[in-house]
Amino acid sequence: MNINPKAIQASVEVLSNKKVGAYNHMVFAVGDMAVHARPGNFVAIAVGGPSSSMILRRAFAIYRASNRGAYGGTIELVVAAHGSGSKWLSERSVHEKVDMVAPLGTAFGIPTEPVNALLIGGGYGSAPLFGLAEILKSRGCRVDMILGASTAGKIYAPLEGKRSVNIMTLTTEDGSAGEKGRVTDVMEKIIERSQVELIYSCGPMPMLAAVNEVAERSQIIHQCAVEESMACGIGVCMTCVIPMRDESGVIKMQRSCIEGPVVDGARVVFGSDRRIPEGTWGAPQ
Amino acid sequence: MSNFQAFDFRTKFGSRYFPSPVFTASGCAGSGKELSQFFNLDELGAVVTKSISVKPRSGRATPRMAETPSGMLNSIGLQGPGIDQFLEIDIPWLQSKGARVIVSISGETVEEYASLARKLRGVSSLHGIEVNISCPNVENRGLVFACDPSASRAVLEAVRRNIGGDYPIIAKLSPDVTDIVAIAREVISAGADGLALINTVLGMVIDIDAKRPKLAGVTGGLSGPAIRPIAVRAIYQVHKALPQIPILGMGGVASGRDALEMIFAGASGVSVGTATFGNPTAVIKVKQELQEELKARGFNSLVDAIGVAHA
Repeated sequence: MNINPKAIQASVEVLSNKKVGAYNHMVFAVGDMAVHARPGNFVAIAVGGPSSSMILRRAFAIYRASNRGAYGGTIELVVAAHGSGSKWLSERSVHEKVDMVAPLGTAFGIPTEPVNALLIGGGYGSAPLFGLAEILKSRGCRVDMILGASTAGKIYAPLEGKRSVNIMTLTTEDGSAGEKGRVTDVMEKIIERSQVELIYSCGPMPMLAAVNEVAERSQIIHQCAVEESMACGIGVCMTCVIPMRDESGVIKMQRSCIEGPVVDGARVVFGSDRRIPEGTWGAPQ
Repeated sequence: MSNFQAFDFRTKFGSRYFPSPVFTASGCAGSGKELSQFFNLDELGAVVTKSISVKPRSGRATPRMAETPSGMLNSIGLQGPGIDQFLEIDIPWLQSKGARVIVSISGETVEEYASLARKLRGVSSLHGIEVNISCPNVENRGLVFACDPSASRAVLEAVRRNIGGDYPIIAKLSPDVTDIVAIAREVISAGADGLALINTVLGMVIDIDAKRPKLAGVTGGLSGPAIRPIAVRAIYQVHKALPQIPILGMGGVASGRDALEMIFAGASGVSVGTATFGNPTAVIKVKQELQEELKARGFNSLVDAIGVAHA
């Protein structure tokens, strides 16, 4: 069996590119690529054009994917122009084409029974959570959401996304929107209020680590979308590894592009930046 | 073109023939299962596997990667499952897909190379063994065998002694040496049939915000188009000194014209590595473009084009 058996590589057209706060909301005509895209999956895009000195693909979480519509299959992304690659992408005009590989990686697991779910996003990490909220809502789940960022402009919470959310709570570190503080400052209160049974999170690794700590303390299953710098997005470069426990509990350096991005938070050995955790399979003696 | 003679794309390393001269580069094709979603592995001249060690290796801590202008630094540190699991799972799968397989091996001691060679000796269906004596991502630069002629010789002698007679051996060398021809002569006289040129170039990036090295492993191997002129130079120098020795050229090949440059410099084949990270189908693109480039210049075979820049 191939890895990423649904993935397709294609040149796809930009249908729309709109500035939303600190981000760009971009829509691409992708044809069949959208058919198997699930919340949590990501795309890998070549940046800079044919003579680019940026030789590596950039990975973006899928914000929404749709099979139907006037343009056939579409994939939507929320792009934060942090570096030169994402800046190049955010500057693409309508009708321009980019080389995309998708869908890649694991998706958020959807419970078979209706549950009370809490979705937590940091910055533009909120993007894949809205598609997830839609599916959970359609399955009869209660969906609460916490979105956090350093400041109000960096919270991504479009109107249409909020429709699937029962209660939305915002936190900002500077207090410019919602409650002043971090997502974990309000998390326990909401867990108790909404009798939360399942937590999903997406955002920077330190946030995921903090969310995981609360989830473990509250004994609630936590699925998180992890991130580590990646060169290819398809599992060949071995750069995006994260120490994670396998089924038998052995810690292994596993690729966040293939084993993830969505993983069970309990498997991840957080805080392992710049070191190999003790006991890791094959660790230097 | 008026010439209807069939184009001969074959190449040869040691006793083995390959239908096309475009291979994957070690460490740039995963287990094969990642790329086989995008093309059939039997379309490649060969799959060169990641370098396999005696025991499982976790590799280095993250960050392991830094993009640089037209290149990247990697600091993987030979992460892998070890030879036993590799022989049991990875090799049979690759061969079931019709891939021609060259197994790359890496050891920390001469004895480890010997032990890896003994394990591979019985796997007769392989198309060769690449002896990686030049990985820059090891804790001790003294362990980079390819930086020392006598250490290089010792490894290749041990591999040849343990793997037997006509099993094709390709030694992978480092460009980070004063005289690459001297190292090449040593490994050939020690029993290597061919040479893989070049491994990555030792490099470093400082994170100026964090005021520390960007990579957890401090240094890493530079790859991509940024190092291609270094690779072309190494191939040219070695082919000039050892014109009968087949060279597998690599280092920043991303197009047919890049591959052709190496063929003209003296390579009998090319490996595509980092380009695959930017484009999963890069190896197929290079293969198609190289054939077109050769035909456009009136060549009827690959072999006729090898080393023509020396004439």
